Amino acid sequence: MKLSIKDQVDVSSIRKQFPVLEQSINGKPLIYLDNAATTQKPLAVINEINRYYTEDNSNIHRGMHALAERATAAYENTRKSVARFINANESEEIIFTKGTTDSINLVAHSLGGSILKPGDEVLISCMEHHSNIVPWQIICKQAKAVLKIIPINKRGEILIEEFLNLLSERTKIISVVHISNTLGTVNPVKRIISEAHKRGAKVLIDGAQATPHHKIDVKSLNCDFYAFSGHKMYGPTGVGVLYGKRTLLEALPPYQGGGEMIKDVSFTQTSYNEIPYKFEAGTPNIAGVIGLNRAIEFIESIGLNQIRNHEKEILLRATTQLSEITGFQPMGTALEKASVISFNIEGVHPFDLGILLDAKSIAIRTGHHCTQPLMERFNVEGTARVSFAIYNTFEEVDQFVWTLCDLVKKLR
Amino acid sequence: MSIKMRQEEIIGEFKLLESDLEMSINYLIELGDQLTPFPENKKTDDFIVKGCQSKVWMFAEDKNQNVVYNADSNTVVTKGLVSLLVRVFSGHKAEEILNEEIYFPEKIGMSRFIGSQRSNGFSAMVKQMKLYALAINIKEKK
Repeated sequence: MKLSIKDQVDVSSIRKQFPVLEQSINGKPLIYLDNAATTQKPLAVINEINRYYTEDNSNIHRGMHALAERATAAYENTRKSVARFINANESEEIIFTKGTTDSINLVAHSLGGSILKPGDEVLISCMEHHSNIVPWQIICKQAKAVLKIIPINKRGEILIEEFLNLLSERTKIISVVHISNTLGTVNPVKRIISEAHKRGAKVLIDGAQATPHHKIDVKSLNCDFYAFSGHKMYGPTGVGVLYGKRTLLEALPPYQGGGEMIKDVSFTQTSYNEIPYKFEAGTPNIAGVIGLNRAIEFIESIGLNQIRNHEKEILLRATTQLSEITGFQPMGTALEKASVISFNIEGVHPFDLGILLDAKSIAIRTGHHCTQPLMERFNVEGTARVSFAIYNTFEEVDQFVWTLCDLVKKLR
Repeated sequence: MSIKMRQEEIIGEFKLLESDLEMSINYLIELGDQLTPFPENKKTDDFIVKGCQSKVWMFAEDKNQNVVYNADSNTVVTKGLVSLLVRVFSGHKAEEILNEEIYFPEKIGMSRFIGSQRSNGFSAMVKQMKLYALAINIKEKK
């Protein structure tokens, strides 16, 4: 794929915004290829968190002083930015959480807890992260509902026909990942949502791996809920988002009780606040939320199309080079794929690769990537995984593959 | 050589590598290569050490009232780690193994090259070795 000058990104100037990437470890420049676990943070995010604590620190919403006003304004501005970023109808549909896991737990508890009856079914796919498995197991057990698994093919793609066969009048909730953290598969979520709605089921999309790479349009997707994390899209850890359609959020019971989420409290009767506050009990991660706004600005300043194009080129280069290694066994070869490569090398344990690459200052991830059922599906103990972000360069890919080849020769 | 002396010997060897991470890991892999071959028919769940992220198999025998360990792993780095423990404990009396504390991992900065989470797996190996020693000790006293 050839890019026009207009589509090319200036990676070297982008890298200058990430001080963490400038360091050397064990005397070698850091090559960070663990972006699906978390991305690094640009200076704008780091400085904003510092600025908030230096200038504006205050609790939000109820304060009658200048600091509280400034903190509240900055916090609520992020809500508006997030709504714009994912094309939600209104900022009230944006709930701040601790992260994707927290968002999914909220939906499982509030939606699952209120609509699931014995014998009802919840569908998830075989490639889900544990965060999109365990909350549903818990709620299904409580409600005596049944958790059903949508199978995938050898390439790591959802089997749509099997999914359609699983759909029935008993299906009440479908929760699937937009982009798999292990396989990189981009799932056909629009089709899944549309088919689910024909049966009257509600759909939650786990978008943790999608928001840093793809333009998300919740209106066009028509999903009922969309969950993602700040830290996987250049933002701070400990802050996440749950998008939900207004009518659904208004109808759902709260997830947690506490300050912020109430209108009036007495010992006999409590009335709840409006959305989104009904779902934001307690003092939130104010600094994190404010920092997330800068992360969104960072992504928008480059443009998601440019980010996607750059990462596609990186992915293609890495895949092509890795494929030349004898015994290279990729896991996840979907036609629609994000910048993640999970693999094994015949005769070499991924754990050894991880440790030895780390000694060469190349950060990758090894293990089951919180997708143990997926490992079982592919009959592997674990994989090595490299995942790329906008600041990764072709030189880093070359260095990684060259180092890997060298290690494989030694280890075999 | 006592258990303590063997630990000191290991500490001395890793000191020579001057905290070079790559050299330390390569040395560890070399040590693993020198382990006595582990019988393939014993690579079963009965001999697996529980609590390790990678697979570690181990058994112990009583040879002339000394405990002799045999171990293996499906990863070369872990094999190197377990080889250090075999070297420290093997050939000693069960009671000595039960009474001695393992302190060399901290001195050689082991968590630096295997990560703190995998250090738990290392503790599981030590525990398993002590359990084998305990079983042999009880058998000897009978």
